[in-house]
Amino acid sequence: MKEREAESMNDQNEKIRKIFADVLGIPVEKIDDDLQYNSIPEWDSIAHMALITALDKSFDIMIETEDIIDMSSFGKAKEILQKYEVVL
Amino acid sequence: MKTMEGKIVWVTGASRGIGRATALMFAKEGATLILNAREEGHLKEIDAQVKEVSGNAPVLLGYDVSDPVKVKDSFHLIHKKFKKLDVMVNNAGILEDSLLGMLSPELVTKIFSTNVFSVIYHMQYASRLMAKDGTGSIINVSSIIGRLGNEGQVAYGASKAAVIGATLSAAKELAPAGIRVNAIAPGFIDTDMVKQLSREKYDQRLASIKMKRLGSPEEVGKVIFFLASDAASYVTGQVIGIDGGMLV
Repeated sequence: MKEREAESMNDQNEKIRKIFADVLGIPVEKIDDDLQYNSIPEWDSIAHMALITALDKSFDIMIETEDIIDMSSFGKAKEILQKYEVVL
Repeated sequence: MKTMEGKIVWVTGASRGIGRATALMFAKEGATLILNAREEGHLKEIDAQVKEVSGNAPVLLGYDVSDPVKVKDSFHLIHKKFKKLDVMVNNAGILEDSLLGMLSPELVTKIFSTNVFSVIYHMQYASRLMAKDGTGSIINVSSIIGRLGNEGQVAYGASKAAVIGATLSAAKELAPAGIRVNAIAPGFIDTDMVKQLSREKYDQRLASIKMKRLGSPEEVGKVIFFLASDAASYVTGQVIGIDGGMLV
């Protein structure tokens, strides 16, 4: 059971990484928890809103404005998504 | 097939005047409506009228459009229910006159909260729902006073000019997401708002209209409908006057 949970966590983690990679147009390998908003030219405010749209769509949620503003890194994004019952 | 079948259309300030006429127009074309008024009870009449012309029962939402928490909660509800939004008509507004020297900070705040902040909050969330599908149309109701100004309407005129600024900026920002944003600027329209005027003011305004008559709420609704429809699929960032050639 634990193994399956771990597997599912890993799947979701990879799904979110892939969304980031696709939207930002950078390789998946470049995305880790420490990747910060505005730290690379690809992750500017326009891309940030495109990311929100992609996350909203993929997980069928509507992320709140406060959380959009708070989403300052990939790690933080994962933390915020858990609030919306995206299991990690 | 009706042109708005399957479309979800949200109209604020839908209990009377321009909002009501607009809602009915969309209902006749098969849209599913979300109707707002300050009190849900105020929507009874329009609810019955919509049901009469359309098979789709509207969603009635009683909330203050200037309350950001209420706006957010309403959008979460609609997200859960429909998962999408096609048209947002930001119509709710108040008209209060005051000469500049007598204008209280409370009144300025009240007018801006209802006429401007509400439009920004609704555009913010509406655009989120629309962006998922890469399509949508937002129509904001400004006023001829926001373009030309009028004595006794510094706060109201400023608020309606702000609606135009918000519209033009949002149009640029949201165009890449496939969302069109336009404003209309009605002149002297036959609604409850104009009934507040004195006879003298009423006659004065009427005399300033080249077409020599008031506009009807339906004539405004028709332009809103056009901007929401596929007929306007390449129209964004525009402010359309609906004023019969009025000179303020």
